[in-house]
Amino acid sequence: MPNSADHRAAILGSIRRSLGVSTPASAIAAEYAAIPRTYLQSSNLDKHGVSELFADRLREYDAGVYHASRLSLSGVIAEILTARGKTGLAIPAGVPADWLPQGFAFEVADSYDAYQLDKKQGVLSGCTVAIAETGSIVLQNAAAQGPRTLSLVPDYHLCVVFEEQMVATVPEAFERIEATSALPTTFISGPSATADIEMTRIKGVHGPRFLDVVLVAD
Amino acid sequence: MSEVHAEVTQWNRRDFPTAAREVLQNSQTRKNVKHATNVIQAKRNAVVAELPDWEDLREAGAQVKAHTLHHLDHYLMQFEDNCTRAGGNVHWASDAAEANRIILRLVQQHQAKEVIKIKTMTSEEVGLNAHLEANGVRPIETDLAELIVQLGKDRPSHFVAPALHMNRHQVREMFQREMELPDLGDRPEDLATAARSYLREKFLRVKVAISGGNFLIADSGGICITESEGNGRMCLTLPDVLISIVGIEKVIPSYRDLDIFLQTLPRSATGERMNPYNSTWCGVHPGDGPKEFHVVLLDNGRSPILADKEARQTLQCIRCAACLNSCPVYHQTGGHAYESVYAGPIGAILTPQLHSMEEGRSLPYASSLCGACYEVCPVKINIPEVLIHLRGKVVREDQGTFAGKFSLWNIGMQTAAFLFQDADRLAMAERFGQIGQKPLVSKDGFIEWLPLMLDGWTQSRDLKAMPAQSFRDWWAKERAPHSDNSHDDGKGSDA
Repeated sequence: MPNSADHRAAILGSIRRSLGVSTPASAIAAEYAAIPRTYLQSSNLDKHGVSELFADRLREYDAGVYHASRLSLSGVIAEILTARGKTGLAIPAGVPADWLPQGFAFEVADSYDAYQLDKKQGVLSGCTVAIAETGSIVLQNAAAQGPRTLSLVPDYHLCVVFEEQMVATVPEAFERIEATSALPTTFISGPSATADIEMTRIKGVHGPRFLDVVLVAD
Repeated sequence: MSEVHAEVTQWNRRDFPTAAREVLQNSQTRKNVKHATNVIQAKRNAVVAELPDWEDLREAGAQVKAHTLHHLDHYLMQFEDNCTRAGGNVHWASDAAEANRIILRLVQQHQAKEVIKIKTMTSEEVGLNAHLEANGVRPIETDLAELIVQLGKDRPSHFVAPALHMNRHQVREMFQREMELPDLGDRPEDLATAARSYLREKFLRVKVAISGGNFLIADSGGICITESEGNGRMCLTLPDVLISIVGIEKVIPSYRDLDIFLQTLPRSATGERMNPYNSTWCGVHPGDGPKEFHVVLLDNGRSPILADKEARQTLQCIRCAACLNSCPVYHQTGGHAYESVYAGPIGAILTPQLHSMEEGRSLPYASSLCGACYEVCPVKINIPEVLIHLRGKVVREDQGTFAGKFSLWNIGMQTAAFLFQDADRLAMAERFGQIGQKPLVSKDGFIEWLPLMLDGWTQSRDLKAMPAQSFRDWWAKERAPHSDNSHDDGKGSDA
């Protein structure tokens, strides 16, 4: 039986035989750079328009949308938790203390295993960037966002998005996260859902079934 | 470690007309397929129409993919370097047997008796589940539709929604039986909740996961997986070991290229502006996700396709299934008639090529060439062009055999070609036709039955008999300049 190195050589050899040519790396890079990218990179929406579009998209996914200022943030979080009947949430390391209202239990859960997270009432996190056009929040393994399991295993996710983190288009979001693309990254667009039965989107399968987003503007 | 080879007889490899005739008998399946494809197509059209730059996105996506394929060795090696540097292990598998061997060995090294799986058509292609089962490992499908297919001992019929051929009532009956839930309701919500509780414990407990991959990212060594339910995220983050099996054509040059495909893929696949979850990661990240990560790069018939300049574009496919949803043939037959892991128009060109044209030879004919598939394709694969190209291949190969050369079909087509090449020959054939048709023409001037393979036409429609005077005869008599019968003054006579 051929070993692994043989399979590698066989595949690369077959590809080269099929293509017939071998191009130097510099020429490949030049060819790649010349690919026309005439699709829209940005939009002409202003800050307010971006925020409104983002809120609309989130509501269409059946996510909860709330507004706050930096000063009122902890108060708004308290109201949401009370309305949801939550007494406390898991949080990633690095969540600023001034987000957290008094009277609720917040525990840093970065090192929790899945069984521990499964018992939590939900998770509160920030994000790296948010995309208005698609209603997406992008989380990376960074301060106030934590490991991927945090925003996955608990059934409720409350996400804080600051105005300066919102962009209009997908290309703008990639421009922002490109430098940190090595980090584990998750795009979240609404609560978990499936369209597997009769192609109808229904909410609530394995990821959090409930998603609330607080939009913070000054 | 020992390895038992499974008997894989999932696909019968009957030709398309035979298989299609059978599935067309099932009116429930036809109803389900028609309903689901209509729903998804309407959603897709609406969200695509929203984007003023849709054609630019298609063009950029097509060019990025074509460029990558043209330098596939370069980008695969770049991916390998970067993935390895990030702590991943890259394996290469020329064929299905090697892929299965690699994955089984990894599973056995961790003494795993169960693995959780994210839907992957590549694993379906290599028959991984059967291979694992034959060796005492239980694969658990976690995508809702794949779970439906697995519990129902069925086959996928669509590569975005593999259980598209079943409706909610059928799924409920099967869940009631297989999950022992006699009181289960049949709202989609009930079924999703049943799947959630059935799988939750397995996500938390099972230590090895197997996935496919939507994109391999050469410049970061990362992988991107798109999904809806969160089962993918569970498999990607909770187990200790993750094994991804991915076709070599799935590589893209740069992370930035995702800004094209994460716009075109969700809109094309599920008619959403964005699907609920996309994950990207590179190798292993301490404190976040699996401690061990493996990628199996699968060739299995892909690399020879690159040699065919006209058909190479087949490998640009990002598996959105928009071509299935738009295809009038797929609408009628659903996926099972294609007798292939990859159904629909893309399956009709991919399957025969993956098997060096030795299997699926009837598939390039499973199309009316209407072109709807090309119009919706987010990476601009000209499927009708490739279908015709492959039909030509099939014909030329058949002509190379004795039976093919002297088949009635080939003789008929050669004769037709001979006659159409020359006006006098055609005129002579018309005369013979006018005389020869006489016993077949009914009183009202129609032919209702034709002999031999020509009955394919008259099975479902009547043919107007040839008139006593052909158009060319008429033209020669009435209209042709300088002809004896013409009194035309140039302004036209009676029309």
